[in-house]
Amino acid sequence: MQTYLDFEKSIAELESRIRDMKSLESGDEINIAEEVDRLENKLDKLLRSTYAKLTSWEKIKVARHPDRPHLSDYISNLFTDFMELSGDRNFSDDQAIIGGIGRFNGQSVMVVGHEKGNDTESRIKHNFGMARPEGFRKAVRLFHLADQFKIPIVTFVDTAGAYPGIGAEERGQAEAIARSTEACLDVKVPLISVIVGEGGSGGAVALAVGNKVLMMEHAVYSVISPEGCASILWRTSEKAEDAANALKITAQDLLKLEVIDEVIPEPIGGAHRDHEKTMKSVRKAIDNALLEFSAISSDKIMELRREKFLNMGNVGL
Amino acid sequence: MNWLTNFVRPKIQNIIGQKSETPDNLWHKCRNCGQLLYVNDIEKNLHICPNCDHHERIGPTERFKNLFNNGEYKLVDLPPTNEDPLKFKDQKKYTERLKAARNKSEFQDAIAVAYGKMGTVNTVVAVQNFLFMGGSMGVGVGNGIVTAAEKAIEKKTPLILFTAAGGARMQEGILSLMQMPRCTVAVQRLRDAGLPYIVVLTDPTTGGVTASYAMLGDIQIAEPNALICFAGPRVIKDTIREELPDGFQRSEYLLEHGMIDMIVHRAKMKETLTQLLSLLVNKAA
Ligand SMILES: [Zn+2]
Repeated sequence: MQTYLDFEKSIAELESRIRDMKSLESGDEINIAEEVDRLENKLDKLLRSTYAKLTSWEKIKVARHPDRPHLSDYISNLFTDFMELSGDRNFSDDQAIIGGIGRFNGQSVMVVGHEKGNDTESRIKHNFGMARPEGFRKAVRLFHLADQFKIPIVTFVDTAGAYPGIGAEERGQAEAIARSTEACLDVKVPLISVIVGEGGSGGAVALAVGNKVLMMEHAVYSVISPEGCASILWRTSEKAEDAANALKITAQDLLKLEVIDEVIPEPIGGAHRDHEKTMKSVRKAIDNALLEFSAISSDKIMELRREKFLNMGNVGL
Repeated sequence: MNWLTNFVRPKIQNIIGQKSETPDNLWHKCRNCGQLLYVNDIEKNLHICPNCDHHERIGPTERFKNLFNNGEYKLVDLPPTNEDPLKFKDQKKYTERLKAARNKSEFQDAIAVAYGKMGTVNTVVAVQNFLFMGGSMGVGVGNGIVTAAEKAIEKKTPLILFTAAGGARMQEGILSLMQMPRCTVAVQRLRDAGLPYIVVLTDPTTGGVTASYAMLGDIQIAEPNALICFAGPRVIKDTIREELPDGFQRSEYLLEHGMIDMIVHRAKMKETLTQLLSLLVNKAA
């Protein structure tokens, strides 16, 4: 069963009519084929036009779409020989952040990212992608491991934010995020970050300090959730849509602000409609980004990354 | 509604004079125990309540005066920022909020940086200012941290940072979030130069500030009973729907959980920092 978003009513109707048409068994087959063709054309145009002018608020819904590819999809489609590496060697293994070594186009890479899960059981296992300190400390360990063996790092960012809980605070959530950000800035191997869905605040930035920060066309990245921002600045979470607009959270805005380096195009109608095309698009973007740093010295790679983040905030809209 | 209430009343109030009606100028009510205190008395007492020892939130000027030898220091100029980079407007325009905050403050943003001597050691001190828009961190505060680190490197001195922040400056959106890695680079530069970076966490230090440069000090100090956290207590309560433990996210709780080196009473702050600086800088016997 496909999940439709609230702005997709006419898309849902068209798709259902096409399905009905296709399931008609009797009647004039040529006329049915022609009608299906006509409807599919109409659907294609409608998807294009709807997704070309998504508002910030609609993008949040797309970014949070349950059928959107998650880390596990990226790992199985983009990497071969992937081996998961677990634990922070201190307290536990936090499954909200998954990491491991695999091959990307034959080359060894370290993969670290948030996993939200895709059904009730796995969402609970991965705590909906909301990491605790152990997740960030695992990330730090893997970043240093990659650095030690000169293996490039690719991170996938998809989280509503770091988990706000008693245990998380008790065990130093703030310090863990700070150390993960620091580790991103310390390594001398290329670090490529891809914001694939939701980039929520400090829990996102902890994995997103890359030489190149790539962002999916309909992903969002924000200092605070629009709901949270609205309840503070507007004193009601009902103004979340206004907050979403004001906060400038879309890939298109972030490119203008030079916070990200590149927008990765999504298939017509969003990544959740066509995983295969999404994977092709992301593969190409990561490939190009890694290539760009293949001939640069390790000291320079670190220095370029630091310089880039030292300049954050110079460009406005 | 009518022009009398909107326009004339404030004027009449001015003529009548507010001093006799509002005791704000003379009296200070302790935010912790509610005791009414003479403003003069609490100022003399480093803004600590003599009744309950509550450390009141204070701005950069009070800090600088208390810390540097003879209260003598030089303010470090901060580079101007890209004002209102997102053209942000909630119920009010961000530019109006900024203007209002500046009118109430002697500073341009929620941080000030100074240079001077503590004991025998020259040092740079940066102070975040909760009284300026809740101490929120935007590009301006980022400029303060970066400038403070650069100044320390230029002068080959340690950097002491007093943190205070309600979190990120939402009106600067993603650019405020980007100050987390940006300021982290500033700290790394300091470390690469072999210079000490001492953080003093004061009430409150929360959100993206805590989750970046505020927890990366070589030495981590906190004032007593300061709220220090990533997620605020209300957010956590709303998420887990449980009562929070006593003293949760306060300095004493952090010390007990191994997150900081020591808690230092404001009356002992200058002495403690001076001794620390000396140990870290004047190393020879
Ligand atoms: Zn008191």
